[in-house]
Amino acid sequence: MDSKSVETVIPAETIRAARRHVSRNENLIFEESAPGKRGMELPPLDVPAVDPADSLGDAFARDDVPGFPEVSEIEVIRHFTRLSTWNYAIDLGMYPLGSCTMKYNPRVNEFVARLEGLATEHPLQPAAVSQGCLRILHDLQKCLLEITGMEAVTLQPAAGAQGELTGLLMIRSFLQDRGNPRKKVLIPDSAHGTNPASAVIAGYEIQNIKSNDRGQLDTDHLREFVTQDVAALMLTNPSTLGVFEERIAEIAAILHERGALLYMDGANMNALAGVARPGDFGVDVMHLNLHKTFSTPHGGGGPGAGPVTAKKFLEPYLPAPTVFQKEDGTYALDHNRPKSIGRVRAWSGNFGVLLRALAYTLAYGPGIRQATEDAVLNANYIRKNLDDLFDLPYDLPSMHEVVFSDARQKKHGVNTMDIAKRLIDYGFHPYTTAFPLIVPGAMMIEPTESESKQECDLFIQALRSIAAEAESNPEIVKTAPHSTRVGRLDEVAAARKPVLRWRP
Amino acid sequence: MYPADYRYSKDHEWIKAEGSTATLGITDYAQEQLGDVVFVELPKVGAAVKAGAVFGTVESVKAVSEIFSPVTGEVAETNPLLSATPEKINQDPHGAAWLVKIRMTDPKEVSGLMDASAYQQYVAAKAKENTA
Amino acid sequence: MRYLPKSPSERGEMLSAIGVASIEELFESIPAEFRLSRPLRLPGPLSEAEIIQYFQARAAENSRGFTSFLGAGVYPHLRSVVADSLIQRGEFLTSYTPYQAEFAQGTLTAIFEFQTLMCQLTGQEVANASMYDGSTALTEAILMAHRLTGRNQVLMARSVHPQYRQVFATYARNLGIAIEEVGYTSSGQIDLGSLPPEKIRTAAAIVVQSPNFFGVLENVPGAADSAHAAESLLVVTVAEALSLGVARPPAEADIVAMEGQSLGVAPSYGGPYVGVVATRERFVRQMPGRLAGQTTDEDGNRGFVLTLATREQHIRRERATSNICTNEALFALAATIHLCLLGRRGIRELAAQNLAKARYALGELEKIPGVLRSFSGPFFNEFAVDFPRAVKLVNASLLREKIIGPCVLGAHYPELTKRGLVCVTETTPRAEIDRFVAAVRKILENPV
Repeated sequence: MDSKSVETVIPAETIRAARRHVSRNENLIFEESAPGKRGMELPPLDVPAVDPADSLGDAFARDDVPGFPEVSEIEVIRHFTRLSTWNYAIDLGMYPLGSCTMKYNPRVNEFVARLEGLATEHPLQPAAVSQGCLRILHDLQKCLLEITGMEAVTLQPAAGAQGELTGLLMIRSFLQDRGNPRKKVLIPDSAHGTNPASAVIAGYEIQNIKSNDRGQLDTDHLREFVTQDVAALMLTNPSTLGVFEERIAEIAAILHERGALLYMDGANMNALAGVARPGDFGVDVMHLNLHKTFSTPHGGGGPGAGPVTAKKFLEPYLPAPTVFQKEDGTYALDHNRPKSIGRVRAWSGNFGVLLRALAYTLAYGPGIRQATEDAVLNANYIRKNLDDLFDLPYDLPSMHEVVFSDARQKKHGVNTMDIAKRLIDYGFHPYTTAFPLIVPGAMMIEPTESESKQECDLFIQALRSIAAEAESNPEIVKTAPHSTRVGRLDEVAAARKPVLRWRP
Repeated sequence: MYPADYRYSKDHEWIKAEGSTATLGITDYAQEQLGDVVFVELPKVGAAVKAGAVFGTVESVKAVSEIFSPVTGEVAETNPLLSATPEKINQDPHGAAWLVKIRMTDPKEVSGLMDASAYQQYVAAKAKENTA
Repeated sequence: MRYLPKSPSERGEMLSAIGVASIEELFESIPAEFRLSRPLRLPGPLSEAEIIQYFQARAAENSRGFTSFLGAGVYPHLRSVVADSLIQRGEFLTSYTPYQAEFAQGTLTAIFEFQTLMCQLTGQEVANASMYDGSTALTEAILMAHRLTGRNQVLMARSVHPQYRQVFATYARNLGIAIEEVGYTSSGQIDLGSLPPEKIRTAAAIVVQSPNFFGVLENVPGAADSAHAAESLLVVTVAEALSLGVARPPAEADIVAMEGQSLGVAPSYGGPYVGVVATRERFVRQMPGRLAGQTTDEDGNRGFVLTLATREQHIRRERATSNICTNEALFALAATIHLCLLGRRGIRELAAQNLAKARYALGELEKIPGVLRSFSGPFFNEFAVDFPRAVKLVNASLLREKIIGPCVLGAHYPELTKRGLVCVTETTPRAEIDRFVAAVRKILENPV
């Protein structure tokens, strides 16, 4: 790294949110390995030992796992602890990533997920000894139905993308039952990439619909697009611009009058929970991202869960089995679902994630509305304090997220990626760059309700400072970040000659 | 910049016809828009190509660009350099980094394409659009 | 509310700064008829103590105090508190997908290590950063084979986990892919003899599981030869990853789809688990899921980045190799740490303990008149047993003894109602195995 300290390159008073701290270098665990070390010892065997080659036969036995590390417990602790110090995390500060809803992951959720009697349960256990698990699933189902204003629910999908596929398959089966599954799904050009990818797996062709000049669904022309070949429209509401589709009732009506259905991508539910319910405004089926709205931890990329809720007419098509309560009050799985779309995942879903989402919902109760209000308050506060310096491509009311563009800063040769990287030097994770696709140079910001006024102010100050730097000292922004362990990494070399594993 | 003896398509491919064989590549404008090329996907020798249809892709780290054939015919050769050194497309898009050679079924298709000066103007107009 | 860091006066200040009188004004873009005027009918709000009470009550309503002999795709194994405490570090638990590589080197380095361990374990050349689970990993692996070969048919062994087959069927239905089932022999392995070359020539892949749903290890080299002779691919799915500590890895497979739950992930009533797809380097651009690759920064420091992203949905959209976005990163990390703790010797020792326990249990069971092992092929920690009466009935009686009996094969294989799948791992004490065997003996001595 550059021999000058960061402070001489950038005057100290401009960096108010971040200072460097020492973090140890660390090799790969394989490079710490030496024969004979071990990190875990096993209780002794209480039955006669067997020799693998004898038991399995030479053709099926293995005598070694070459390259597997041999390290001690302390080395494992140090290795992964050091690695962890190279990460940013919600526990450290804001992730203003649009449509990711990076909110606080409550610690009690981790505690309850690990309880003996919950973490230990096998999904094939008889219902008689699984009443606790089944009730957790059932209680969560009831909460999600109430929050979304729907009548049928599945907790099986493992993530939002799987939820999308599930919803589309249900739509397909419903339409098939009526004689014609139809051929196309309409998808706005502002949609998340999983939407078209999921539609293809469901056997549909995609028709992209251009957003209008307000960045919203082109409702005026929607009638032309909804032909007899169209099975559904996949809509994110609020949109990926953070704006509510005000003509939603009209949109739903147009689809329904032509026998098509309205699917809602629930990624932006953080703007609606407790305030409005998709089931009330015409949505037929939707998915939720529990790792967004419902606080389950991202863990570096997953796990998630993507439950699907729907109107009653779609209930027969839910993935099997469903969870229900019998007349005697006990809970059970119903495998007898002849019209079901089948299974989308083994077992009943990401139970540990579902459990955490229920714990989150119980913590708030009806007060979940306050979280939604604070999320929208934070986004608007940030917007108001930055709209004099950053271009707002669509001047429409923002809900829980705001999308700026880099148009003004581009005049000085500074783009959204540069600004995002410079935010790192101020102690923040970048916002979402390069999405939605309909905004060139997008800066998509979603603070969530977990940010205090102080944190929002720090964020605002950071971006205001960077806007000033873009004019007076663009180089420092274009070559950011300056304060991380590694500088910008060579992604081109990584893609040309991929090295995807360690070799001795 | 743009060789006078080549013809150019609206999708930023160049084509050099020699009798009924045509050599095809992407233009300097295309490679600049794409950024550092990391991977090229080309059809097999003998594959049929149709005018206006996609026959391969050129990838950068963050984008995938489809390549459209301006002519109809059969793939006679593919450039052996590009799998090991896709960066040649950035370095020499009009020369060493040709993509395929095509045996054309209808050589007259080439005359419908832009000449060098028309393409130059087309690209200049596009560049203006991008900065507007 | 403890998760909301605002005081009422701060809310007021912020509303003023925005220039609105009340928060309601910020929701005016929602048509009035859709704005709720009543609070949601939800249980709560609960304090932390009450939340814990609720879940402790639920935990007491499950199988505490029972001994289980269930496997069938989910395996109870020893887990270390070291791994669990590390994955609870906020920097791992609460961090995002490592798109901004400069300050996600912790996650990216760990993913690179996971990918390496998965290759070492499966004998394959590249592995991805995780899929949702084994069932969806298998689905994606077969779809990959379909893309690679351009063929629309799949030869699926019946001995592949029934739920995995169901998941694939759901995905395949609308993609024009036909599934043909292949039976099993008396050894419990796939009946390769029933697959003449002409049949394989139209198939994208032969799909087997090893150890399969019956607990039997498949002849992977033989299946690979059959597939390759017809220019088809071999896809092998592994539901019991720990078996690879003592069983030959499926190196001859073209694509491996593994469930990593056995590698330090709790059974947790069905999830979250961790799937992985591993394959040969030349197929890497057709792989689904994220990949971490090694590179350098401008000063030559080694670092890691997500790479080959043009395969994925956020770039390719409808032409992506998969729609997957969120994966199982945290549990891939848990598996990584677990494997580092066990290490080269530990995984072998742990797997060998499983072999020993299962053989002891089988030996004791076979002393009961009328009880016999069903198949003859080699097995790891699970085996099918023929009982002289329906397994369902035996299990009902076992439950009264606080024993959760074998998986009823008849539920998925109608021809096998008297066959049960018994799983014994290192976590089952000998005394409990003995108690189980004694209980079965007693039950069978009594008339139905």
